[in-house]
Amino acid sequence: MSILVVAEHDNASLISGTLSTLAAAKIIGGDITVLVAGENAGSVVTEAQALEGVSKVLVADNAALADGLAENIGNLVSSIAGNYSHVLTPASNFGKNFMPRVAAKLDVMQVSDIVEVVSADTFVRPIYAGNALMTVKSNDTVKLITVRSTAFDAVEATGGSAAVEDLAFSDVFAGSSFISRDVTLSERPELGTAKIVVSGGRGVGSKENFAVIEGLAEKLNAAVGASRAAVDLGYAPNDCQVGQTGKVVAPEIYFAIAISGAIQHQAGMSESKIIVAINKDADAPIFNIADYGIVGDLFDVVPELMEVL
Amino acid sequence: MKVLVAVKRVVDYNVRIRVKSDGTGVDKDNVVMSMNPFDENSLEEAMQMKEADVASEVIAVSIGDEKSEDTLRSAFAMGADRAILIKTDVELEPLAIAKLLAKVVEQESPQVAILGKQAIDDDSNQTGQMLSAMLGWSQGTFASNAEHVDGAINLTRETDAGLETIKITLPAVITTDLRLNTPRLPKLPAIMKAKKKPIETHEADSFGIDLAPRLEVVSVAAPAERAAGIIVANAAELVEKLKEAEAL
Ligand SMILES: Cc1cc2nc3c(=O)[nH]c(=O)nc-3n(C[C@H](O)[C@H](O)[C@H](O)COP(=O)(O)OP(=O)(O)OC[C@H]3O[C@@H](n4cnc5c(N)ncnc54)[C@H](O)[C@@H]3O)c2cc1C
Ligand SMILES: Nc1ncnc2c1ncn2[C@@H]1O[C@H](COP(=O)(O)O)[C@@H](O)[C@H]1O
Repeated sequence: MSILVVAEHDNASLISGTLSTLAAAKIIGGDITVLVAGENAGSVVTEAQALEGVSKVLVADNAALADGLAENIGNLVSSIAGNYSHVLTPASNFGKNFMPRVAAKLDVMQVSDIVEVVSADTFVRPIYAGNALMTVKSNDTVKLITVRSTAFDAVEATGGSAAVEDLAFSDVFAGSSFISRDVTLSERPELGTAKIVVSGGRGVGSKENFAVIEGLAEKLNAAVGASRAAVDLGYAPNDCQVGQTGKVVAPEIYFAIAISGAIQHQAGMSESKIIVAINKDADAPIFNIADYGIVGDLFDVVPELMEVL
Repeated sequence: MKVLVAVKRVVDYNVRIRVKSDGTGVDKDNVVMSMNPFDENSLEEAMQMKEADVASEVIAVSIGDEKSEDTLRSAFAMGADRAILIKTDVELEPLAIAKLLAKVVEQESPQVAILGKQAIDDDSNQTGQMLSAMLGWSQGTFASNAEHVDGAINLTRETDAGLETIKITLPAVITTDLRLNTPRLPKLPAIMKAKKKPIETHEADSFGIDLAPRLEVVSVAAPAERAAGIIVANAAELVEKLKEAEAL
């Protein structure tokens, strides 16, 4: 088997989901090539070469690939996908954006968001917001797969010494162009990989009050998360949303503060090792899945917690 | 210009899903069904385009069994001008759905096709991107804002790192995120009128497309349930427990 992993990066460094995707590729087994498509992404190429288990790094360097535009990445990957038995990429916004395009071009049915590799052609993926797990066997000759990062432990970032090969790209799509990016800056750890996540919901009440959540996160060196309601109301930026239609996280400890625990929220955090719920409603569904719960007002409980930590 | 909106009939988001005991799928008997929530955002966007004189006609398309007529009636109630049902009694995969939608696009020649970013039943998040690639149209996924300027759209997308804005020229496929707009609630007269509007129906297998599934469903299982936890009295006890569990 020969597997292509399409790396996610920002031209400066790899995004961690790439390492989990490689872990899934290793379970499938076979010769692994990593594609770095970007512009002036030399440091990413160096990182990719050092990854455990990678035999080759393909580098496509082109201004049209700099910003992850789906049409261009899709054209590039489509041009080489037929050389592999599997093409994998993280089930992040980057991967979700371009991979189905490759599937359409190759006339293949993509397997989205896998959480388990059963065998080289059989995979498990959540449906209905994780309320059911579907095992599917792909009968396509090239298997196109997006990988849920939290379901696979990242491979070692060191130990490899892959060869580098250039890959030409000229099939630029004229209809789309990148204008600007508004990246949320945070000193907190990355939400997808943080050991501890502190999330706030509608019950936090305002953007100003959300400082309480941020304060606890800072104390615990945790990432900040939010429910959809909290994001919709502007308490937290969109990239903080945890859930079926936001990010999936699986930290050592997940704090759900003033979050009721709708199934759409649970879909993004129920795989956490320990769930702590703080909610003034003893009947909130979040308590059904929490390991430790405190029934109380967050504005009493969180300050207390800050004191004893 | 015409705008095409793809609407899917799905199990309502409030329903507690039950996996069938024989492992073949989830129980959909006597379960509340409704329009995929993202598709409501798509329709709302199309209606706003019409109200802003950017669009002239809004066409809703649904692929499914005859009950998908309900979903198309909801689309009428929100303001869609026409509705097309592509009838099939088998559940089709996104690849086949995208191929059928591409056929409708060929026939109707819209300039914009709006789809939801994901269907909340299969959670595939593929159909719009596939359609865009098949048509060779520009793609703007996970849209949280769309500004129409001279045959192009400045489209703001939700990404894992925040927001980004791209410019896509028409024709284009857009997939909607929940924060793009707030779908209107249809008024009673509109709901009544929607009941009488004609739905154009075509059989899915009349398009000459290979609709056979590519993925074989081996089994569908319920996820492992989390063991119930405990309620602790206060913050001090919580920290104690977390330390006992060697989590802190
Ligand atoms: C298609 C679709 C997709 C969705 N995707 C997502 C998703 O990805 N992520 C997501 O989170 N949601 C998602 N949702 C929304 C979801 O259904 C819920 O509406 C949402 O999760 C509710 O957020 P919440 O728990 O913050 O708010 P609420 O349900 O309003 O709960 C607020 C909670 O705060 C408690 N509270 C209030 N004040 C205090 C206080 N002072 N101290 C302690 N507790 C307090 C209340 O008791 C209550 O339990 C989606 C919905 C749809 C339809
Ligand atoms: N059977 C269907 N009929 C109409 N539209 C559909 C159908 N299936 C998927 N779609 C559209 O594709 C979007 C994404 O679905 P999916 O790729 O399955 O997650 C939905 O929000 C709909 O707009």
